[in-house]
This record gives sequence, C-alpha cells and structure tokens, in this order.
Amino acid sequence: MNLTLKVWRQKDKDSKGRIETYVVSDIPEEASFLEMLDIVNNQLIESGREPITFDHDCREGICGACSLTINGIPHGKGSGITTCQLHMRKFSDGETIYIEPFRAKPFPILKDLMVDRSSFDRVIESGGYVSIRTGSAVDANSMPIEKEDADTAFDAATCIGCGACVASCKNASAMLFVSAKVKHLNSLPQGAPEKTKRVLNMVNKMDEEGFGNCTNQFECEAVCPKSIKSEFISDLNRQYGTALVKEALK
Amino acid sequence: MSQKNSDSSVKTSPTVPVSLKEIKKVAEKKVTSTPESKIPSGPIDSKWAKHKMDSALINPANRRKFTAIVVGTGLAGGSAAATLSELGYQVKCFCYQDSPRRAHSIAAQGGINAAKNYQNDGDSIYRLFYDTIKGGDFRSREANVYRLAEVSTNIIDQCVAQGVPFAREYGGLLDNRSFGGAQVKRTFYARGQTGQQLLLGAYQALQKEINNGGVEMHSRSEMLDLVLVGGHAKGIIARDMVTGEISSHAADCVILATGGYGNVFFLSTNAKGCNVMSAYRAHKKGAYFSNPCYTQIHPTCIPVSGDYQSKLTLMSESLRNDGRIWVPKRPEDVGKLASEIAEADRDYYLERKYPSFGNLAPRDIASRSAKEACDAGLGIGNSGLGVYLDFADSINRFGKDTIASRYGNLFQMYSKITGEDPYSEPMRIYPAVHYTMGGLWVDYNLMSNVPGLHVLGEANFSDHGANRLGASALMQGLADGYFVISATLPNYLVNESPGTINTGMPEFREAEENVRTRISLLLSINGKRSVDSFHRELGLLVWDKCGMARNKNGLKEAIDKIPAIREEFWDNVCVPGESMNINQELEKAGRVADFMDFAELLCHDALHREESCGGHFREEYQFTKDDPEVSSGYTNEGEAKRRDDEYAYVAAWERNDRGKLNLKKEWLEFENVKLATRSYK
Repeated sequence: MNLTLKVWRQKDKDSKGRIETYVVSDIPEEASFLEMLDIVNNQLIESGREPITFDHDCREGICGACSLTINGIPHGKGSGITTCQLHMRKFSDGETIYIEPFRAKPFPILKDLMVDRSSFDRVIESGGYVSIRTGSAVDANSMPIEKEDADTAFDAATCIGCGACVASCKNASAMLFVSAKVKHLNSLPQGAPEKTKRVLNMVNKMDEEGFGNCTNQFECEAVCPKSIKSEFISDLNRQYGTALVKEALK
Repeated sequence: MSQKNSDSSVKTSPTVPVSLKEIKKVAEKKVTSTPESKIPSGPIDSKWAKHKMDSALINPANRRKFTAIVVGTGLAGGSAAATLSELGYQVKCFCYQDSPRRAHSIAAQGGINAAKNYQNDGDSIYRLFYDTIKGGDFRSREANVYRLAEVSTNIIDQCVAQGVPFAREYGGLLDNRSFGGAQVKRTFYARGQTGQQLLLGAYQALQKEINNGGVEMHSRSEMLDLVLVGGHAKGIIARDMVTGEISSHAADCVILATGGYGNVFFLSTNAKGCNVMSAYRAHKKGAYFSNPCYTQIHPTCIPVSGDYQSKLTLMSESLRNDGRIWVPKRPEDVGKLASEIAEADRDYYLERKYPSFGNLAPRDIASRSAKEACDAGLGIGNSGLGVYLDFADSINRFGKDTIASRYGNLFQMYSKITGEDPYSEPMRIYPAVHYTMGGLWVDYNLMSNVPGLHVLGEANFSDHGANRLGASALMQGLADGYFVISATLPNYLVNESPGTINTGMPEFREAEENVRTRISLLLSINGKRSVDSFHRELGLLVWDKCGMARNKNGLKEAIDKIPAIREEFWDNVCVPGESMNINQELEKAGRVADFMDFAELLCHDALHREESCGGHFREEYQFTKDDPEVSSGYTNEGEAKRRDDEYAYVAAWERNDRGKLNLKKEWLEFENVKLATRSYK
C-alpha cells in the first residue's frame, strides 16, 4: 500500500518540533504499524537522513513502551491494543496518517515521538507497593483471599503503564493509572496496612507531577490497551476522601 | 498448560559399565584447569543450608559502606537490587528501558513453578529438582538445581506478600496448573500474564527502595563496558541514552542480570532491545562464557510473514492441549486451503511418531519435527515455513464456547496479528527462538571466574542445562535475585575494603576512552547499509546453520562466513545522527557489533559439542536403526543421542587478549539422578 505520513519531528527536548511529510510506497498489509516505521526508517537511513525516533521494545503489547498518537488517538484505532499490535491492514491504500507522540505536560518530548514518562515511576515510588522485606513473608496460603477480590485486584494490576490514558485526556489526568494501582493493592489484605498512606501519597504525587484532574470524559478507558475500567477512578475518589477524613481525625 | 512427559515416564537406558573412557575422564579432570564450582560438600538436601551457615556475614552497620552495581531490572536484577538495598547495601541500578518495569521478563505468559505441593499430588523439592535435571537433558549442576527447587517455595510466599494477584480458587487459596515436563500441578499463574505480575512485584519493591534512598536508579542507561581493577570487577561504563553522556560508575562488585542472547538470530520472541553486550563485554574482559549452543526454540509461534518482520510472537504452549498439529501428506497438496485437504491426506506427525505423548511432546522434539516436515517440502503458508495447529476436532467435541473460554485471549491475539480466524481455519505456527540456556559461567555463589562479577537469571548458565522446562525461567530469575545473591555476595565482599575504588582511577579513564573511540568509529563509517540489514543477514545465517538442527559442515560454513559480514559491517554500516543525543541507530550498532563476535562463539561451541542434547541437536548424533535402543523399541530412529562419556561437562570458553578461544571443562557429577536417555514414545 502507498501512504502519506505526517510525522512529528523534534531534534531534542529543547528544540521546537514540526510535522514532516513522508510519502511511502509498497508497504505490505501484513506489516505491523511499527514495522511500517522500520521500513520508512531503513529508507531514511539508506538515503543518508536521520530515522524517526520512537519507543518500542517487546512488540507484543505488554511492556508498555510504544506510545504513538495515530490520527489523534493514542495507540490508534481499535480497542484493547497497543501501538505495536496495530496492523497496516486496518488502513487503506492512499491514506494520510498523522503520527504524533503521547502529548501531556508531565510527559515531556525527548525526541521525535519519544516522551519521558518517568513521572509514572515517581508516582509508584510514592506508595505503589507493599512494604514487605524479602524473606519475611508468611506461607502464601495462610491468607485466603476471596476470589472476587483477587480477580478485581488482577483486573486493576494488568495496567502496563503506557500513559495512553494521560495522552487521551484533555486534562492530562493520570487518574486511571493511579486508581488502577490503588485498586490493585488496596483490594488485597496485603495492601491494607498502608491503605490510607498509599492513596494520599500517590494522589499528592500525581498532582505534584503536574497531572490534571478527572472530569469524567472517560477517553482514558476508551484508549486503554488493557481495558482498565474508569469505575476505579470513582473508587479512588472515595478512598481519597475517606483517607483525608481519617487523617483529619487523627 | 501441560505436556505429560515427566521423569516417571522417562525410561532408564541400559547402564554403561565403567570403561576406559571413564578412567580417561577422571584423568582428564585432573589435568584440565577446571573452573572451580565451589559446590558445598554433603548430602544434596543440606548443601544450601550448610553453605549459608558457612558463608561470611557483614554486619548491618558495615553493609552501607559497600556499593553494588546491578545491571538489568528484570526479575533477577530488579529483585536483587531491591533485596540488597533492603539489607542495607548501596545499590546503583541500570536499565536500558525508560522504566525498570519494562524489562522483558514482563512478557512471560505461562507461570512459575514451585514445590509447594498445595495440590497434594506428590510434589516435593526433590521431584522438582529431578524434573529439572532430566528436562535439562543432564547438562546442569545438581547442587544449583536442588537449591533452585528449595527456594522456589519462598518465592511464592514473597510474591503473594507483595500483592502479586496469582489465580485463586473459590475457597480463596492459590490455584495451580500443570505445565511442560511435569506430571504434578505445581505451576502458579496469573492468567496469561504471570511474568508481568511478578515483574511488577519486583519493580514495586525496587521503587520502594528508591524511595527509601537505598537505590540510585539509572533508566535509559546502557552499560557499554565492564571495568576491572586489579583483576576484580569494580565498575562499569554507561551511556546515558538521552544525553549521550558517557560516565564511569565505581562499586565494590558488579552484578549482571542482563538476560539472554536470543536476538543473535535477529528474529526471536525477545524484545527488540534484548542484547548480549554486557555479557559479551564481560567475556572480553576475562569472564568465561558457558554452553552458548544451548538455545531453546519454542514450537508454537506465529510464522514469519515477510522480510520486513521485526519479531516473532509466541503463542502459549497450552494450545497444544486441544490443537492437533499436521501438514499435508503429499507435496501436491501444499498450497491448497486446509479445508480442501481430505482427512486421509493429512499427516498428524507428532501423533504418528510419539503415540503416547502426541501433540504434547516436549518443546525441543515438537520444534524439530516441524522443521523436518517443512524441510521435506510439506510446510504450509506462503513461505512454506509453517505447520497447522487445528482446533476443529476440539471445537466439534467441546463446542466453540468451551474452546473460547480456554483460549479466547490467545485466539484473539492470533487474529489481531494474522487477520485470520482460528475458529474457522487452523492456526499456522512455526518454531522460534525463545530462551537461551547458555550464559556466563558462575560458581555456586553465582560469581563468575572474574572476582566480584556476579551473574543472575538468564544471563548465567547454571540451572537449565541443555533445555529449560516451562515455568522455570521466572523461578530461576527470582530465586537468584531474592534469595541466592543476598546470601552469597558477602562471601566476596568480606575480603574487600569498601570504598577504595573511585572513577578517577586509570582503569576507568582507559575504559571510557575505549568506549568513546568505539562510538566515534561507528559514527564515522558512513556506509550505505543500515544496522538492521546486517543484523538480519547475520541472524538468517545463524538460524540456518546453528538453529534447530546443526551439523559440522554447516557450522564450519557459518564460522567462515561471519567474519565477512563483520568486515562489511565495519566498512559499510551507516549510523546517522550524533553521539550526544538520543540515537537509536547508534545503540543498535553497538549491540549488533557484539552479536557479530558472539555468533562466532556460539557456532564454535555448537561445532565442538559432538553430541545432541536438549536444545542442541547435531544431525550426526541421532539414534539409527542399528542402535540397540532403537531395535529394542526404547526410542525412535532420529532421536537426539547424548554422549555422556565425552561431553557430560559444562563448556567454559575463555578468550585471551588476542581473541583466541580456549575451552575449559567443568565435568558434571551426577550423584543423585542417574544419567538416562530421554524417551517419549
């Protein structure tokens, strides 16, 4: 297939970026979107130009590295997929495709389509864990957990930390990401002792990193490659409220 | 997920009487300068306890004076960094990904083994040990494997305590399933995302320690060289992949947990960034590289669809429980639609050759049989490199809904990638490189022959022998990182004076200089071909000559051809861009340059090992109709033939200053498990 690509190019984080146009031909329909970019890059390199920089690694939808906004939609058209799982057969011959980075203030662009998502790591660092020391665990079956709770925790824990939720949100809110981690750990008895501290610290850190608030548009849920549910956000709000009251009553 | 094969169905071959060869072996052991494995004495089940008791301790107040560098943040590296920091050591941790959470352990699907015996089905530490030794085709160290089985139970406790959401039964207790190479249910799992959940557990533990100030994390940082001071590993040179800055990092010891080398084949199920650079740099600085020829080819991956293909996708082995594998019987049917080929004209070759195991034959055997069918011109799909995995019978028997409930997510993944519907037409599958059992040589303390250099997880060679069983990679990574290294590291550190190393030392300046020179060289070639085109060329050659089946002539041909590819690389590669900025081509170029050298080592090892075992199949060494094992009906013609008298050793390759390889042998002792030929008939 033949395509016109409009690609965001930006030399480094301090430079101004712009859209550049590439006309590409003979792209196989079976190729993945990233393989299409590989082909374009190979042509750029062999004609002495700089290839397009983009994050990617596992290319099977689980590491969360790939992060392209395709025709305005993080990870492109199609539900429950990452950019690397998008295939060219979803596009038509002669189509013009806009390729941009995940845009959000807390995700500064580093180069071309690559952004810095370390703000997510710092949010986890603020409380997205259970403080258990290696070697001090009790027997795994000494703490039965209701299957329903375990399943809910799992559903929340499938988040791959890609940041599509933030990129899709007009407020650059990270509420889906944060709520998923809070839901995962706070639903389990192992996470209970640090429940209050966790939700306060993570929400405060999220604000500090410059993520916005949720205004119930739920674009995040629509683009989430792991179909994390937006109802976790209302749960986060409830848990945050309870935690604030608890703290105030201390 | 299960293959029914296990030790209990592995029959014992006739015992070979003590021979001259045996005596020769003992004699040779004395003259060869074997690397010392430091396996503790005593009965197998008390070695680890005894070793821990005999190991040095460093008091809590002194630990903070020591710094450890950990490279890699997968299950092994992430868990090691977190655990060492909890103990009070200062840790500097490095990963090439933008976040430690993205290391490729995350992609493991199936599960993690542990000898908990929660199912009361006869499992034990000894049985897990036994299965792993046999599964590894008797090419791993008994003591290491026993320790792995022993700590497996602690891993599950630890992960559950971290909040890893393993699958549970309605009663609230943990669920298990069975997996390849075992007849007990000992595999713990979190749907098809076990690796992800375990890695997030380790990552969160790591973030906790970063928050506590014990770990200094360097993401998007690539180790480009190892620094030795007085022959000891005391630091690394790293490149900041955002700014391009080259920096030295000093420590009291270095821990590599940098994964496997499957990407030497270009196409594999590894992540695109996985590479051998850290391990190979260490090898160049004197660390022995062991058994590189033991590579695991997974039988059920989606076939290659074109020459633009960038990676291969694994489909879980569990599909073989309900899918039947076949190819057309007659070459004239190749190219027809599956539905046009009559039942009588289909060859269900695994069911035919291995009637008692059928489609659940072990990974190495299933992979090789697919290759044989395709080599015979019976392969399906455009490339002719594929076989059918057909669910029609199961759908008829159980109904579409049942099959959907078992494999829905996998079927969906398959149709996303191929655009085909596996409910109405058979899946196309083909084997792909998946895991590498070989790696840097380590002793029982997980320290390499270079003092101070410790190697964990897939990057070392120690636990899987010539073939890894399913659900054992996650177990090994976490065993090494959470439970082994924390106990063995003090044995090295106790003799070191902490804080005596600094980056101003000439060794660091020299190593930095070498790194800078190499980068400038790569950027200055300005040739015509992309890095990927060289990587692809190398990968195709290695896959062809040193893939699922190897022979002497093919390996020699590869060894002859690799230097020519390498020469052209250094003459004609094009690495655009600059060094002091993000430069993904430069990153790839450095990695591919090392793959070029490493590929030669891989082929040399495969050439020297004149036997077939596990993932290493030498065509010259297979059972023929003249062998008593075949005439007695014990095994089939064409099955892998080990040569224990000559090759029951770990090959430890040393490289001298001029790049010449020298083979050292660590002979393996089997005191608990009797050497036997595997049979799956």
